[in-house]
Amino acid sequence: MRPFSYQRATDPDMAVQALSADAAVDNPLTRATVQPLAGGTTLIDLMKLDVMRPAAIVDINPLAEGWSAIDPGRENLRLGALAKMSDVAAQGEVQRNYPVIANSLKLAASAQLRNMATLGGNVMQRTRCPYFRDVSYENCNKRNPGSGCAAMDGVNRMHAVLGVSDQCIATYPGDFAQALIALDATVEITGRSGTRSMPFAQLHKAPGSTPETETALRSGELISAFVVPGRWPRSVYLKARDRQSYEFALSSAAVALDVQHGAIKDARVALGGVATVPWRSREAEALLKGQTFDDGLAERAAEAAFADAKGRQYNNFKIALGKRVVARALHRAVTMEI
Amino acid sequence: MSGNSSSRLSGFDRRAFMACAAGSALVPMTARAGALDAPAPVAQDPALHVEITLRVNGQDKRLSLDPRTTVLDALREHLKLTGSKKGCDHGQCGACTVLIGERRVVSCLTLALAAEGQEITTIEGLATGDQLHPMQQAFIDNDAFQCGYCTPGQIMSAVACVKEGHASSDADIREYMSGNICRCAAYPNIVAAMKQAAPEITKG
Repeated sequence: MRPFSYQRATDPDMAVQALSADAAVDNPLTRATVQPLAGGTTLIDLMKLDVMRPAAIVDINPLAEGWSAIDPGRENLRLGALAKMSDVAAQGEVQRNYPVIANSLKLAASAQLRNMATLGGNVMQRTRCPYFRDVSYENCNKRNPGSGCAAMDGVNRMHAVLGVSDQCIATYPGDFAQALIALDATVEITGRSGTRSMPFAQLHKAPGSTPETETALRSGELISAFVVPGRWPRSVYLKARDRQSYEFALSSAAVALDVQHGAIKDARVALGGVATVPWRSREAEALLKGQTFDDGLAERAAEAAFADAKGRQYNNFKIALGKRVVARALHRAVTMEI
Repeated sequence: MSGNSSSRLSGFDRRAFMACAAGSALVPMTARAGALDAPAPVAQDPALHVEITLRVNGQDKRLSLDPRTTVLDALREHLKLTGSKKGCDHGQCGACTVLIGERRVVSCLTLALAAEGQEITTIEGLATGDQLHPMQQAFIDNDAFQCGYCTPGQIMSAVACVKEGHASSDADIREYMSGNICRCAAYPNIVAAMKQAAPEITKG
């Protein structure tokens, strides 16, 4: 690991000021030379691998006092960005009214990592693409813009089939983000000019021709909270993976339904493990809305979700698997007791 | 065999030698930076060591550390508490699991500087004098290890798992202990050990 300076921020202004000290303040956060430290489960790992090389670290854990509340209100659910994954997964009202959120967190990583990792850090985690994580591969457009992509014709079994570009097919690895994007969450961002909000759906950027820019966050900005409107007791997170526990998704689905008198009034479908960014399928949702559920409908929705999918040599199986995950998640959501 | 006995006779062992060699190599680098509790954020020179106090197993330990030092390395290399093991060093195997406060964490991904002021409990802090912790005794009673390398992490994780209330069934134990890998595959006996120790821990 390369040497870095360590500083502890005791209030948000101090954190923002320290994070803004980057020479190129408009760098995307992923490339900033000053990095915030929350749970550290991505940052310290990638620093050991020499993938991330910050010159300075700003420890924002002291901000947890103000930024870690789990606040289920009447109209919405507010989650502080420094809340720990394990605490949110175990919160009773989150489990009852937002099972898709609780289960996306519970099915991620291990108990130890969920105790460390925060919600804000979780959505900012970097891809697990082995070519990104191994600096002995020069060709990584995310790490070395313009260098090419070793995954394109490499071992790409774990890579994305949706939201891909000819520059990058790295999968967004998280689970919680799928729940947030499905439920139309808003992200609150604290920066030099105060707090701004944006739809969570706008936080992550598909790789396109600039895979090194992963989010809309600028350096000096921190996620301070997430706000989820409404309540979604009829919701599930289904995750298919190589092992039963402690593994990233090959394919996952976050599904939330509002079923009234047998008809689907509202439907939310988001996909994980198969896309370069948290992926919402408006196509599947449009097919479901206003319909009465049956297996045929679930299959048509699943087909629609993967209509634009592009597989490569080793990850084609994800298209078939992903459709089945969507169909099964829909089935579970319809039949679950609430 | 002869190597073993001669080391014993000369009072020489590999760990002491390694520690001594590492210590002398580090001497020229141990410059001192200002106290960390100075008003933040004041970035210290990354080349300088930082003086911090870690609270480990109920004792305050004053240390001078390179900012890159993880809790795991602070324990093993600076405090000679080598019970916590370095397996993958990337948070994937759980061999380095310790408690920070009541929470189990992987010490290999926790910076020592960020753990200042918090109570760290390692496998060395679990027993009361000669009286083993119920989880330690249960691992022995159930033969819950083979090579033993993952065992300190398994036991620390198991203690926290029980206290979290995630040891009520075999399936629950398997799910919530998935962050501790055992390459000898002692898993069935680990589950048995946890079921033996859980009632004692929850009533105590």
